[in-house]
Amino acid sequence: MDNDAPKADPTAAAPARDIRTTRNPIAVDMTGVNKWFGPFHVLRDINLQVKRGERIVICGPSGGGKSTLLRCVNRIEDWQQGRVVVDGVELTEDLKSIDEVRREVGMVFQQFNLFPHLSVLDNCTLAPMWVRGMPRKDAETIAHHYLERVRIPEQAKKYPAQLSGGQQQRVAIARALCMQPKIMLFDEPTSALDPEMVKEVLDTMVALAIDGMTMMVVTHEMGFARQVATRMVLMAEGQIIEVNEPVPFFTNPRHERTKAFLSQILH
Amino acid sequence: MTSATFVRQQLIAPSNPPASSVGTPAWLRQKLFGSALNAAATVISALILAALIWPTVRFMFIDAVWDGSSRVDCLEETVKRPVGACWPFIAAKFAQFMYGFYPADQVWRVNLTYVVGLVLLVPLLIPRAPWKTLNAVLFFGVFPVAAFYLLVGGRFGLPHVETRQWGGLLVTLVITFAGIIGSVPLGILLALGRRSSLPLLRWFCVVFIEFWRGVPLITVLFFATYMLPFFLPESWKLDPLARVLIGVILFAGAYMSEVIRGGLQAIPRGQFEAARALGLGYWKMMAFVVLPQALKIVIPGMVNSFIALFKDTTLVLIVAIFDLLGQLRAAFADPNWATPVTVLTGFAFAGVIYFIISFVISRYALYVERRLSTGVAH
Repeated sequence: MDNDAPKADPTAAAPARDIRTTRNPIAVDMTGVNKWFGPFHVLRDINLQVKRGERIVICGPSGGGKSTLLRCVNRIEDWQQGRVVVDGVELTEDLKSIDEVRREVGMVFQQFNLFPHLSVLDNCTLAPMWVRGMPRKDAETIAHHYLERVRIPEQAKKYPAQLSGGQQQRVAIARALCMQPKIMLFDEPTSALDPEMVKEVLDTMVALAIDGMTMMVVTHEMGFARQVATRMVLMAEGQIIEVNEPVPFFTNPRHERTKAFLSQILH
Repeated sequence: MTSATFVRQQLIAPSNPPASSVGTPAWLRQKLFGSALNAAATVISALILAALIWPTVRFMFIDAVWDGSSRVDCLEETVKRPVGACWPFIAAKFAQFMYGFYPADQVWRVNLTYVVGLVLLVPLLIPRAPWKTLNAVLFFGVFPVAAFYLLVGGRFGLPHVETRQWGGLLVTLVITFAGIIGSVPLGILLALGRRSSLPLLRWFCVVFIEFWRGVPLITVLFFATYMLPFFLPESWKLDPLARVLIGVILFAGAYMSEVIRGGLQAIPRGQFEAARALGLGYWKMMAFVVLPQALKIVIPGMVNSFIALFKDTTLVLIVAIFDLLGQLRAAFADPNWATPVTVLTGFAFAGVIYFIISFVISRYALYVERRLSTGVAH
């Protein structure tokens, strides 16, 4: 059914074939990206390659440009200098390239951003039906499948406002998955949640990681990072300070900023 | 219970509230005569209401003349008592008030239009009625065209009825309906244009909106009727009513766009971002995500505009189109019905019609608002 799933994907351990990945060995390639908000230099010479199946966790002090970087990957934000290539498609001014990338890249927001006027099911079927042109029946089948996957199939008829924060965020994940994206972006997905709901969302994300999804995650959840990250990225003042695998990143940070940041969030 | 510690030995079962705090007497006491000031406010309000209602009831019903065939029947000298409303006047002129000078043998076409309109509108307004999409297409798309051919005629074996023969409530409703149907899409487009990232489009919309908002409707109507023909080529002979309709739609559209823009501004940025992140293009994002939420927010403002439009239609009188109020004034001039109460009767009749229609619109809007806010509370 899914031609894009490569035959020998080293990271796709689970048998579940409902997660697609990129055909390209490099999922996201950012080179020399610079961005200014007015005079403010938010992204400074960003160079980052995300390989197929990788889970990149981006952390760092607030205002460091983490979210902005993430939002450049599907061009919710644009930039003034540099190149971003997603799954082999270079993002340019051309709306066609942007639409092409957005179809294949799912995004989960800090504030969930569910559509409050649509039921959970309609939230999930909207994009498959109107972007992919899928018949309603097929879209609903897919929606039920992914709602099952985030373990809230029974809420399909409810409206977002009737759900708890954790449930809403899981619906948001399901909504993104319904487009069967090859890459998922998470922008502080647990920061707006009550403490007792963080775990259910993280568990959902861990399950995705196990199934081989290529993920870029901005988060302060260091437990999660240790568990799933293939590489850690520390950002501050609009630049990438340090990139390393989780174990050395946490046990042996090399840059002063990394040490300072880790000492503040790990007690 | 004077000691510092306490342990309850027996739970207290719930009991009824004291009789003095429930029922009508308690309500009267608490709500209407709770304090000296409240009591005074209640009494004064009651007096004012009585002072308004009693003369109205007397005029409309008790002193009213119900039967008659000419002015003589509505004169004090004939009736030998104070005279209220002269209802025979309304009865005699009723056809004019409803249809203007639409040929009497063709009036069925107007009535048929009303019936079809109602049959399509009522299920559209009832949330539980099925086939909403088909219904909406029929009402907003097919009905206006059908109504046009039905009312104007000249095709399908129907004799042509010139719009100058139209009048009364028919004209009022035609202008209001066309104004609403035309101004909402125009308003949406203008509101979107005004928030566009394309500077030229944005400026055009701003200028357009500010122009139409800065000009009184009377001027618009004058311009549309008397000036526009000079600007258009000779061959473009637009019907006078059509010219007025275009003027009204542009005017109402400008106001509508500002109402809708308010709703658009209330939609959080995250909604736009989520829609875009899912790959929805601009129009799909607007149609499925943004506008349904924005329009819901501005229902009260839109209804306000609809009611204002409904009542403003009467200004077409100055360009010699006779709406309900216009026909009324024309009827006042009829010497057969010249009595001291004719004018009052006519205005009372028109007032009741305007009130009923406006009141129904506003109550329905209130119902919709409540329903939408319970379904999807933020």
